[in-house]
Amino acid sequence: MNNLFDSELKVINMGLEGFAETLKERGTKVIHVRWQPPAMGDEDILSLLDKLK
Amino acid sequence: MSKIDQANKEAVERMMKSRPVWVDIGRARDVIPGIKDNLFLHAGPPITWERMSGPLKGAIMGGLIYEGKAKNAEEAEKLASSGEIEFAPCHHYNSVGPMAGVITPSQMVFIIEDKEWGGYTYSNMNEGYGKVLRYGAFDDEVLKRLRWLDEVYAPVIKEAVHLAGGMDIKSIIAQALHMGDDGHNRNRATTSLFIRTIAPFVAETEWGRKTEYDAPRLDLSNVNEYFKGGKATAAAEVLAFMHSNDLTSLNAIMAACKSMALAAHGVENSTLVTTMARNGTDFGIRVSSTGDKWFTAPANVPDGLYFSGFKASDANPDIGDSVITETVGIGGFAMAAAPAIVNFIGGKPADAFDATNEMYEITVAENNNFNIPAMDFRGTPTGIDIRKVVEKNIVPRINTGIAHKEAGIGQVGAGIVKPPMEMFVEALKELAK
Repeated sequence: MNNLFDSELKVINMGLEGFAETLKERGTKVIHVRWQPPAMGDEDILSLLDKLK
Repeated sequence: MSKIDQANKEAVERMMKSRPVWVDIGRARDVIPGIKDNLFLHAGPPITWERMSGPLKGAIMGGLIYEGKAKNAEEAEKLASSGEIEFAPCHHYNSVGPMAGVITPSQMVFIIEDKEWGGYTYSNMNEGYGKVLRYGAFDDEVLKRLRWLDEVYAPVIKEAVHLAGGMDIKSIIAQALHMGDDGHNRNRATTSLFIRTIAPFVAETEWGRKTEYDAPRLDLSNVNEYFKGGKATAAAEVLAFMHSNDLTSLNAIMAACKSMALAAHGVENSTLVTTMARNGTDFGIRVSSTGDKWFTAPANVPDGLYFSGFKASDANPDIGDSVITETVGIGGFAMAAAPAIVNFIGGKPADAFDATNEMYEITVAENNNFNIPAMDFRGTPTGIDIRKVVEKNIVPRINTGIAHKEAGIGQVGAGIVKPPMEMFVEALKELAK
């Protein structure tokens, strides 16, 4: 764990892009992965999608 | 593979196999089945006169004056709201029209034949830039140009396409994607190829010797001083007009795209989108396996750059059938082929690649006709699956022109627009029944 904080920080950010941007502004190496929950987490729509597999 | 996946595979293969060829020109009432004298076609899903936006109302009023059914705007408005005139989507008649998309009974239309699956699709003549009917303008200059298009331009290219034995539009789109076009917002390459293909036959028409004719003459001196004074042949004027208008090919391309979309429609169990269209008030989609049912939601205002003197508050919500291009895998879906377009939204070429890459997330195939050189000739993302749109919360990417919200002003900018997610959700609910 201690080694992690001593070494250069490289971040993979998932979801909210704002976190990646803030780190980038501070000079941290970041790869942003666009991700969001399927159907924005709407249970009703997810059950419809299940029917249409 | 599930029965839905199998159906979508069949639908997208039918779409890509379609072979639209421009074969003829004709008068709408004579060639489009079902057209009658009091029926006016418009872009997008069905809409009543009362709910029409400014540019669509303007185009209908201009059309009524053009048809001789009204003498002025006041009479046209009264007639349009009287119930005597019927309005219907172009799509209900296998037709498409850019922006307001108004096709009146006596207007001349492109006739595209699907040489693979049979059947015909239609679109009107493109009027060029500035004040034009498709943006709701209808002053004397607009009406004069419409008359010239129907009485000179259309007969010339009709004779020319007969001499040429038809024009393969799919081949022109495929080549243009290698020349910096997307097939929707940038049409410089498609139009150049269109002109290059038809020009020898335009020269060969009887209009190639005709310097006098019974129709209003267009002032083409903005193209070249040579055309001042009306000494040129009609054929030369037609070629000069084509050259002055990068959108010359757009309507034929749209009708060809309609042909491809139609080929994918009506496949049982398919969840692919086969129509996307806007009327300036509502955005509407139709799905392969849900017949003629429209799923609609209020249209959004495009995000883009405005011509000098105009601003976002002048813009009308999204309008036009030209999104038929994205429906079959070009336009916004082929942005990576046309990085120059991102200038419209002040973006960078990398944004064009992002846009195309994102569209692979919601489509079921890579097009085997249309590809993008800068992406190692990868086929464009084709066949929008309702399930993927809803599951991933990614809507189709659309490039578009922007109309002024008031009738008669015209185009005020160009940019991109997002269709509303609600209608994809409604379609999903219907499919799950």
